[in-house]
Amino acid sequence: MTQKQKLVVVGNGMAGMNTIEQLLKLTDQYSITVIGAEPHPNYNRIMLSYVLEGSKTIDDIVINDRAWYESAGIHLITGKRGTKINTEQKTVQMDDGSEVDYDRLIIATGSNPFILPIPGSDLEGVIGFRDIEDCETMIEAAAKYKKAAVIGGGLLGLEAAKGLVQLGMDVTVVHLPDYLMERQLDVTAAKMLEKELESQGIKFALGKQTTALKGDTRVTGLTFTDGTELEAELVVMSVGIRPNTELASNSGIEVNRGIVVDDYMQTSVPDVFAVGECTEHRGTCYGLVAPLFEQGAVLAKTLAGVETKPYEGSICSTKLKISGVDVFSTGTFMEEKQHTTITMHDGWKGTYKKIVMQDNVIVGAVLFGDIDDSSRLERFVKKGELMTEELYAELTGTGGCCGGGAKVNVAAELTDDDIVCGCNGVTKKMIVDAVTIDGLTTLDQVKMKTGASRSCGGCKPLVEQVMQLVLGNGFDAEVKEGICGCTTMSRDEVVEAIKQQNLHTVAEVTKALGWSQPEGCSKCRPALNYYLGMLWPTTYQDEPASRFVNERMNANIQKDGTYTVVPRMYGGMTTPQDLKKIADVSIKYNLPLVKMTGGQRIGMMGVKKEDLPKVWEELNMPSGYAYAKSLRTVKTCVGSAYCRFGTQDSLHIGELIERKFERVDFPAKVKFAVNGCPRNCAESCTKDIGIVGNDGGWEIYVGGNGGIKARLADLLCKVKTDEELIEISAAVLQFYRETAKYLERTSDWVERVGLDLIQRNTVADVEQRKQLAKRMDIALSRTEDPWQKVLKDPKLKETLFEKVVVTKS
Amino acid sequence: MSNTITEKSVYIGTTDEFLERVGRTVVIEGQSLAIFKTAEQIYALEDRSPHPKGGPLNEGIVSGHYVYDPLYDWKIDMRDGCVQAPDEGQVRTFPVLVEENKIYVTMR
Repeated sequence: MTQKQKLVVVGNGMAGMNTIEQLLKLTDQYSITVIGAEPHPNYNRIMLSYVLEGSKTIDDIVINDRAWYESAGIHLITGKRGTKINTEQKTVQMDDGSEVDYDRLIIATGSNPFILPIPGSDLEGVIGFRDIEDCETMIEAAAKYKKAAVIGGGLLGLEAAKGLVQLGMDVTVVHLPDYLMERQLDVTAAKMLEKELESQGIKFALGKQTTALKGDTRVTGLTFTDGTELEAELVVMSVGIRPNTELASNSGIEVNRGIVVDDYMQTSVPDVFAVGECTEHRGTCYGLVAPLFEQGAVLAKTLAGVETKPYEGSICSTKLKISGVDVFSTGTFMEEKQHTTITMHDGWKGTYKKIVMQDNVIVGAVLFGDIDDSSRLERFVKKGELMTEELYAELTGTGGCCGGGAKVNVAAELTDDDIVCGCNGVTKKMIVDAVTIDGLTTLDQVKMKTGASRSCGGCKPLVEQVMQLVLGNGFDAEVKEGICGCTTMSRDEVVEAIKQQNLHTVAEVTKALGWSQPEGCSKCRPALNYYLGMLWPTTYQDEPASRFVNERMNANIQKDGTYTVVPRMYGGMTTPQDLKKIADVSIKYNLPLVKMTGGQRIGMMGVKKEDLPKVWEELNMPSGYAYAKSLRTVKTCVGSAYCRFGTQDSLHIGELIERKFERVDFPAKVKFAVNGCPRNCAESCTKDIGIVGNDGGWEIYVGGNGGIKARLADLLCKVKTDEELIEISAAVLQFYRETAKYLERTSDWVERVGLDLIQRNTVADVEQRKQLAKRMDIALSRTEDPWQKVLKDPKLKETLFEKVVVTKS
Repeated sequence: MSNTITEKSVYIGTTDEFLERVGRTVVIEGQSLAIFKTAEQIYALEDRSPHPKGGPLNEGIVSGHYVYDPLYDWKIDMRDGCVQAPDEGQVRTFPVLVEENKIYVTMR
C-alpha cells in the first residue's frame, strides 16, 4: 500500500471546502486534514443574511455536516487556529501548541471585517457582519435594544440592515459616499435602490463620515465629521474586508494586500497554495463568492495533477439578497469616456437597465427591477460579446418580428466549467451529469443533488435552461405536462383535439382522448367545461357538476361552509337605496360580517347555503361574480367628473366596461382599473387590464397582478377614442380566452405568449381585432345573471340549495 | 352489502330530488350527511371533510366513485370513505338502499 500524501487545509470556509469537494471528485490520493477556527462545520456564508432575518437556521445553511467529513475520510479539527507554518519542516503549528505535518498545504483563511480605527470601536455592541457569532450577537441585541446603525452601505451592510429591520430594530445605514453600493452600482440604480429600501423601512445617513463611537461600556451613538450625531445601541461595521494573511506573513510567505498567488494558486513557497478571499491574484483581492469557486476549480485540478487552464481572474457580478429588491451588476459598469452605453430607465415600473460597451464589446451592465437578462449579460461580459443589431433588439425589447416570448437559451453558450450557481459553485457539467448520469428530470431533484439554486435562487432560470438543453423534449414534457393526472395532453393539444374531433361534452372529450379516469378529476373537469364553452359559445350546455363549488353555488364558500355574497357595484358606484338593502338583508339574516372587499364593493359574509336564494331575491341586485373565473371588478377613480386633476371620465368608462364584459367566463378571474389621469389612483399597474386616461385619450396596460406573484402591467397601446378602447379591450380579453390555459392569469399569459403576439393580434392587425371583438360579443350575448336564473327555477333552487331534514317518527 | 330496509333505515327522498354528480345535504337527527348520486349508485357520507380543518363535503366535484373535497381537494373514495394517497384519512359512510326510486339511508 502506498502512503497517501498529506494535504492540510487551514480554514474551514467555503473556499477551502469547495476546493476539497472538487478535489475529491478527481482523486483520492490525499489524506486530508482541515483546521477550522470557528466551532461550526463548514457553512454557506452567503446565507448568513437569511439566518439574521430568521428565515433560515444555522443548520439550514450548513454545507457539509460532520458526518460528511467522516464519510469523506477527512480529519476535521475545529476551534483551533493555525498560527505558523514551518515551510522547511512542512508542519503547521496551532494556537494550542500542537502541530500537523503536511506534504501539501492550502491556506484558505478568508478575510476579516475591517473595523474602522476610530475611538469607541472596541465598545460593547460594536461588531462586524461576517460569521455565525456576529449573527447571534445581532439577534440577541435586537431582542434587547431598539436602535441600530450599520456603517457601510455596501452589499453586506444592506443585507445586515434589512435583517435587523426584520428583527424589529430601527436601523440607519451610515455611508460615506452620497449613494449606496458605489462599488457595484451607478448613481441611478443606487438611488432607485435607496428609495426601495426606504419603503422597506431602512433609514439612510448618506455622505456621513463617522469620527467616533460614544458610550461608556456599551455603545450609545455615533458622531460624524459634520458634528451631527446618531443614537445607536448596536453598531454593525460593514465597511469592507481585509484578507486574513497573518498566518502567511508569520511564515515568510509573500504577502501584499493578500497572500500573493500565481495563476495556479501557488504561493511564493513550494507546496503551499492559497485560495479565496485571503489571496491576491494579479493585484486583485476578491470579496465575492463566484471567484472562490473558479479559483477552487483550478487549485483542485492542480493538486490532482489534472491539466487545467490557468486562473486568469474573475469578472464580478453582484446580486443583492433582499426580497423584493432585484439589483444586478457585472463587469465595468461605470462609464468613462471610452465607453458607449445603452440606458433604459422606466420610472413608472421602477426598472433600469444599463449596458456598457467599449469598441462595441459588452464590458458591463447594471440592472434594477427586472433582472431577467442577468445571466445572459454576465455571459456576454465574460466572453466579450460584440453588440449586434439582433442582440440590441433582444436586450432592449424593441425589435424583431418574432422576439418577445422566445428567449435565447443561454445554457448552450456555456462551457462545462462555467459556473451556473454562483452561491454553491455548481458548474454546468455538474448539472448535466445529474441529468445524464443520475437520470434526474426535475429542478427539485437537481437542486437536492447538486445544490444549484438552493441559496439565493437567482440562477434558477439558468439551471432550468441547462436542464432543458440536455433533456430537450423530456424537460419540456416535465414543464408542460398534461393538464392533469388523467392525461398527458397539454392544453393546446386538448383544445385542438376538441375542435378537430368536434367534441361537445366533457364526457365526449374524456372518452375520445383516452382519459385514464373516465369522468376526469377536479382539475380537468372545470378546465374542459371552460374550453368547451369557449369553443362552442352558442351551443355548449354548461355542466354545473364540472364547476368548482363557488361557481356552482354562485357564491364564495368559506372555511366553515357558509358563503359570501358580493353584489355588483358597477365601477365601484352604489346608491343609498342599495346600501340600505344590503344593510337590511344583513340584519335579517344575521350576517356575522359585512366587509369592504379589495375591489371597491361590499362582501356579505357568513350566509348559510340554504339562505343564498333568499338573500339574492331580497337584494335584487346583479351578482358581482366575486366567486367566478370571470370579470370581477372595474376599479375606478372619480376622474374628470369630480377630480380637479381628472382629464378623462373614468367613472363612465369603468361602468361601461363592467356592464359590457360581466358574466362571461374567462380562464381565470379578470380585474380592470380605469384612471382619469396618470396619477393612477385606481392602480392600473396591477390589474389584468389597466386603463390610464390622459389629455389625448387612453393608455391600455395588460398583464398586471397584485396577487401571489406581483407583476406590473405592460403598456399595450395608446388610443384616442372610447370606441377603440372598448374594441381593443374586447379583443385582448377574447384573445386571452382563446389562448390561455385554464386558471392562467393574464400576468402569466402575457409572459408566456409574449406581449408582441398580443399587440399584433389586438392592436396592429385591425381586421383580426374586429374578429376577436365580434367573437367576444357572441360569447357575451349568451350570458344571464346566475342569481336570477336560480330564482326562476324552483326545482334547481331546491335541489341545489336546500337541505333535506329528516326526523325519525 | 346486506341491504334491506330495517328499523334503522331512514327515507330521505326520491331519486329525482338529487342532481347527478352534485351533492346535497341531508340532516338526519342532527347528523349531516352528504348524498351523492352518480349514474350507477347513490352514496351517503358524513358531511365533513377528513382534512384537519374540516368543512363540508357535499359541494365536492364527483368523478366515478370518487369525490374531491371542495375546500382542500382531497380525493375520497365514496364507497368506503377512504382518502386517496398522498393524503390520509377516512370519512364515515352509510349504506344506501334504493327501492322504486325511494332512497333509504341506514344509520348506525
